[in-house]
Amino acid sequence: MKRTGVFVCHCGINIAGTVDVKRVAKELSKHSGVVHSEDYVYMCSDPGQNLIIDAIKEKKLDNVVIACCSPTLHETTFRNTSESAGLNKFQCEIANIREQCSWVHKDMDKATEKAIKITKSAVEKVRRNESLEPISIPVTRRALVIGGGIAGIQSALDLANTGFEVILVEREPSIGGHMIQLSETFPTLDCSQCILTPKMVEVSKHPNIKLMTYSEVQEISGYVGNFIVKILKKPTYVDADKCTLCDECTKVCPVVVSNEFDLGLTGRRAIYIPFPQAIPATYTLDISACPGLLPIACGKCADVCEPGAIDFDMKPKIVEEEVGAIIVASGFDLYEKELMGEYGYGKYPDVLDGLQFERLLSASGPTMGKVLRPSDRKEPKEVVFIQCVGSRDPELHCPYCSKICCMYTAKHAMLYKHHVHDGQAYIFYIDIRSGGKGYEEFVQRAVEEDGVLYLRGKVSKIFEEKGKIKVWGVDTLAGKDIEIDADMVVLAMAMRPSKEAEELAKKLKIALDKDGFLAEAHPKLRPVESVSSGMFLAGAAQAPKDIPEAVAQASGAASKAVAILSQERLSHAPTVAKVNVNLCSGCGMCVLVCPYDALSLKDGKVEVNEVLCEGCGSCSATCLRAAIQVKNLTPLQVNEMIKVSLGG
Amino acid sequence: MAEEFEPKIVAFLCKWCSSAGSDLAGVSRMEYPSNVVPITVMCSGSISPLYIFSAFNRGADGVLVSGCHPGDCHYIKGNFYARRRIALVKKLLDYIGLEPQRFQMSWVSAAEGKKYTQIIKDFVKELKPLGPQTKLRRNL
Repeated sequence: MKRTGVFVCHCGINIAGTVDVKRVAKELSKHSGVVHSEDYVYMCSDPGQNLIIDAIKEKKLDNVVIACCSPTLHETTFRNTSESAGLNKFQCEIANIREQCSWVHKDMDKATEKAIKITKSAVEKVRRNESLEPISIPVTRRALVIGGGIAGIQSALDLANTGFEVILVEREPSIGGHMIQLSETFPTLDCSQCILTPKMVEVSKHPNIKLMTYSEVQEISGYVGNFIVKILKKPTYVDADKCTLCDECTKVCPVVVSNEFDLGLTGRRAIYIPFPQAIPATYTLDISACPGLLPIACGKCADVCEPGAIDFDMKPKIVEEEVGAIIVASGFDLYEKELMGEYGYGKYPDVLDGLQFERLLSASGPTMGKVLRPSDRKEPKEVVFIQCVGSRDPELHCPYCSKICCMYTAKHAMLYKHHVHDGQAYIFYIDIRSGGKGYEEFVQRAVEEDGVLYLRGKVSKIFEEKGKIKVWGVDTLAGKDIEIDADMVVLAMAMRPSKEAEELAKKLKIALDKDGFLAEAHPKLRPVESVSSGMFLAGAAQAPKDIPEAVAQASGAASKAVAILSQERLSHAPTVAKVNVNLCSGCGMCVLVCPYDALSLKDGKVEVNEVLCEGCGSCSATCLRAAIQVKNLTPLQVNEMIKVSLGG
Repeated sequence: MAEEFEPKIVAFLCKWCSSAGSDLAGVSRMEYPSNVVPITVMCSGSISPLYIFSAFNRGADGVLVSGCHPGDCHYIKGNFYARRRIALVKKLLDYIGLEPQRFQMSWVSAAEGKKYTQIIKDFVKELKPLGPQTKLRRNL
């Protein structure tokens, strides 16, 4: 019989506070095959790990079980520890008695009983584990970055500058994301376009970056180191190489639609360039707005295009690329304003959201940087800014804090004052959250230098009266009702994940958190990794964040990707399917269910391609003869685990 | 007074969603009854009907199978297989005469610690009035 060692961790009082660890160790010492069982205050500490090493050597242990926290935390630690004492990594198993036991129960007796069952279950499993060596696979040394906002741009540049080839996919006609729409950035008041456009140009000129705009990721298959990506390249109907940016086409285009770059504050033609510094610098024909590609329907743009850049015969193209790592930077959208009817958005033209106000402030915006009311193009003298619109509202809207609104509202109020010196800015707020380098000072500057009036409280109603927007609110610090006759209202809308994030997450098989943002592998320690290996997260797709944070995370994600791409070969988990040829009848049912095409029939028996197999076990559950099983989680092992889990 | 009946539950959790979700319940210190003992498998699609029968054979009063939400399977489509398989197992158990409440399937994502907690609470509550499961229990 194999000699098993059991090590029960107290985790300070995290486990020992609810689970009688001494009793667990004692009970386990009676379990058949267990020749060593002890408890220690912190197994993951150096002395704790040394206990394990010493016991393996002294007691000649064949395998060990560590009863401690979740395997997602310390499985690697303890497997390495066991390996250093001469065991194969797979001769170490974790019994999770913290997240699954001590942290969710209060009754010591019951929790201890359960901890014993969980630990015994791990013992039964480890005794039947095979010693395995990792499978080595080659790495495709290229990366895919999804999303061409500031985060995606930063990741792509970092990777490209490290020497790896990058494919940057952006669904809009130009890269730049939301940052290119902003006027100035807090807390330095740098011009947003001025600091972003050099990076955009660098992307377009970089020999290692293949830029695919107006494109969407359609399908992803494969695994870390070897993904196959299908990218849909939508037709722009304009040949960028021929286009000379003469702008003759827009002059003749008869169609005007709402301009998304200015968030509806202006219009654009069906053929358009999103903004003057767009990368790639070319026009796009918006087919949903165009009266028709047939010259008989319109065709005016093609008629005037001297270089003949307009090509009505352009077709959607699907491009297949192989990459080793993927960075997802799919960004954010503003919360649906339609859901915030109480603030009159959509009803009153002078009620704007924060991004629209950015466009009003922007030198390249619809008013060339003058703050004017959309309704009558007059200068607003009293502007009310409302924070937390849709944020921090668990009953009706988003429960989370959108993080950047306090700062950009202070910036908006400040910039408004810089444009309209005799104007008055009011800000309704719940709390001011100005954590960040230079942020608190920035808010103070808005108050002290620009006389911004902060009112702590919520707005109850907004309605139009005699050409003014009446804002009813409350100042909870003064304890009185507030009534302001405003000329303009700006709503700091909540940030939410971009609309495409959900579908994209499904394609990539990465998880979403409860609010729909892309979920990180660990909230504290693995903030740029997704749960799927080889896929990393950057920017506001993961959580609301400002530009410096998005850039930092993007560089973090890039360096994580480099850690994969810089290797010649990667190791692949060897816990893959294994066929018992004596039992296999060659029925081929497992071949049909395998999601990875890792199984095939050869001479009437099933064969496993170990590189393709991910070890999911769909095959083993399908096989009527138990001829195919996943190594180290066989039906026999599960059966024994069930037995001890029920106290048998 | 007789001690209250405490049902024994085996929960088969997929590694990527439900096991992570139940870990999150732990990290968030959400409390739920200790009647459930988890067995983490790679995918709900790897759960053979034999595992479920084995658990009932060995005296489980309830069995839970929990995977990623349909469409979100880490292994692309394992949970779809699980859903079909489990539907058949449910019918068979029903035919045998086992109370349908004793066997449940749920979808718990890695973010749904709270949902997992509620599922276990509700499961225990439903099982208590049924008393011990004897239909499939082997005399061990």
